[in-house]
Amino acid sequence: MRFKLLTMFAAALFLSACASNSDNNADGSNDGSSATTGTTDQSSSVSSSSIQGPQPGTLEHLVVNVGDRVFYGYDQSDLQAEGQKTTEALAVWMNSYPAVTLTVEGHADERGTREYNLALGERRANSVRDYLVALGVNPNRVQVVSYGKERPAVLGSTEEAWAQNRRAVFVVN
Amino acid sequence: MLIKATRGLLIAAVSMLGIAIGSFPAQAEINVNITEGFVEPLPVAVADFNGGQPEAQLIGRDIAEVISANLERTGLFKPIDDKAFIQDQNSLQVGVRFGDWRLINAQALVTGSAQVQGDGKVRVEFRLWDVYAENMMTGFSYTSTRTNWRRIAHRISDAIYKRLTGEQGYFDTRVVYVSETGPQNRRQRRLAIMDQDGFNHKFLTNGRFDVFTPRFSPTSQEITYLSFEGNVPKVKLLDLQTGREETLGNFKGMSFAPRFSPDGNSVVMSLADRGNTEIYTMDLRTRKFSRLTNHPAIDTSPSYSPDGSKVVFNSDRGGSQQLYVMDVNGGNVKRISFNKGRYATPVWSPRGDLIAFTRLSGRKFFIGVMKPDGSGERMLAEGYHAEGPTWSPNGRVLSYYKQGKSDSRGKVKSKVYTVDLSGYNEREVVTPLDGVDPAWSPLLQ
Repeated sequence: MRFKLLTMFAAALFLSACASNSDNNADGSNDGSSATTGTTDQSSSVSSSSIQGPQPGTLEHLVVNVGDRVFYGYDQSDLQAEGQKTTEALAVWMNSYPAVTLTVEGHADERGTREYNLALGERRANSVRDYLVALGVNPNRVQVVSYGKERPAVLGSTEEAWAQNRRAVFVVN
Repeated sequence: MLIKATRGLLIAAVSMLGIAIGSFPAQAEINVNITEGFVEPLPVAVADFNGGQPEAQLIGRDIAEVISANLERTGLFKPIDDKAFIQDQNSLQVGVRFGDWRLINAQALVTGSAQVQGDGKVRVEFRLWDVYAENMMTGFSYTSTRTNWRRIAHRISDAIYKRLTGEQGYFDTRVVYVSETGPQNRRQRRLAIMDQDGFNHKFLTNGRFDVFTPRFSPTSQEITYLSFEGNVPKVKLLDLQTGREETLGNFKGMSFAPRFSPDGNSVVMSLADRGNTEIYTMDLRTRKFSRLTNHPAIDTSPSYSPDGSKVVFNSDRGGSQQLYVMDVNGGNVKRISFNKGRYATPVWSPRGDLIAFTRLSGRKFFIGVMKPDGSGERMLAEGYHAEGPTWSPNGRVLSYYKQGKSDSRGKVKSKVYTVDLSGYNEREVVTPLDGVDPAWSPLLQ
């Protein structure tokens, strides 16, 4: 009970901090951490804008700016051209937020056997990890796990659903 | 609670030794051939077992019912409706009037009695008669606790099956499987165990995390399975007597696809690391892993030959999922599947003569068997999705699961089935909820 109250108190503090931040921005006093296109030159005028979109470095931010998944062909685990592009953007994003660590989840569609699909999902997740490492991301920042065919993102037994379910998903730890 | 019940059952079983009754003729008049495809089921009559006291009378009737149902499910026997019986239960105690049973076309007759003893235990006798030769084929008596009457009925069924077919039975066995419910994306999965006929059903896990692919140890006392507890797939070991559960090995990555060795001393499984899945065995006494495969392809779903000398497994080293056999040290790898499609989940028959598998071909899934050299392949069952065969301990029946298409809301149905090695007599195993990944126990001790 005591812990719960403490947690609520901390959350309230956090919320009030956020509120005062946006207040600051609203009345034009830029604290430097807000996302603006203003210049660092002290002599020029200070431009300001309110913070929009998700907090940088979060999963929500990743989803908006990079995307959180790549897709694969049937029984394939090589990154396709689009998946490569997404992974390249992911590497840039990770370099921007060096404190972030990631888990890549590998998944398969339902048209396979359970154990093989677990192995296939692991291989898919590693195709992302390997490319990130090749692009200079520290391997210690990327974990992988496979859920095989057990956690579909799209329901139904259709080609469209299967294509969406053959995927690797990025999760910010 | 559940574990305690299991232990009680096992202790009781020790005192349930069958004692042979009378003498049997050396020559059997009836012989049911179970190796040929479809056979006309043999008409048998199972009379209610006679009980001296009202309670024993009920037990006697229930035992006859379980025996009838067991025999019927094999597809080899056709129990005759007891309304057609001419000779009544009381007069059967005096002697069998074979003519009365021939009139209703019974080839074999099962009679018996149940008595509740002074110590509260129940003593059950049965006799199997050849109606045309007019002689007794076999007979045993069993003593156990009253709550154990189902197991007595299964033991009697096994004795009847053995006498009539020449093969070991498979009725005094259990099945562990994964019970499922809910839509595709929020499916709750629980380990569950039941008697081979679906009775005495119990859940072993609470459904808070996913579980898959349970498999029995050779003593039926332990189960090894895949658990997603903690969100990383890991091989677990569960002792059914003590309820003790542990993760096998402190390997950092994922482990899955476990199976016991035939001597029960080790568990063979897949470990996945850096995009490569290999097969390892873990010695349960030393807790040491040894590696069997060494190939950049996926190597998974290992299963030992019953003599422990070879392992059949699933690999895509040739470009697609196929079956391979290797020596138990990992050497001498040979591909055995060559027909159209992808092959998976090989499992060696306890008789050693066949390997069962899942095959994906066209837009269908099949359950099939082939000889260990890859010859003699045939399909026994098929469906939109069929997967994961397991053998009855006598190597004559396969159990597996089938899953239908799911709709756009993720509604899906999965059920456990059995089919004869002949490919006939496919039956659904009735479970409280949906079911996947059945594993058949050895004959209980």
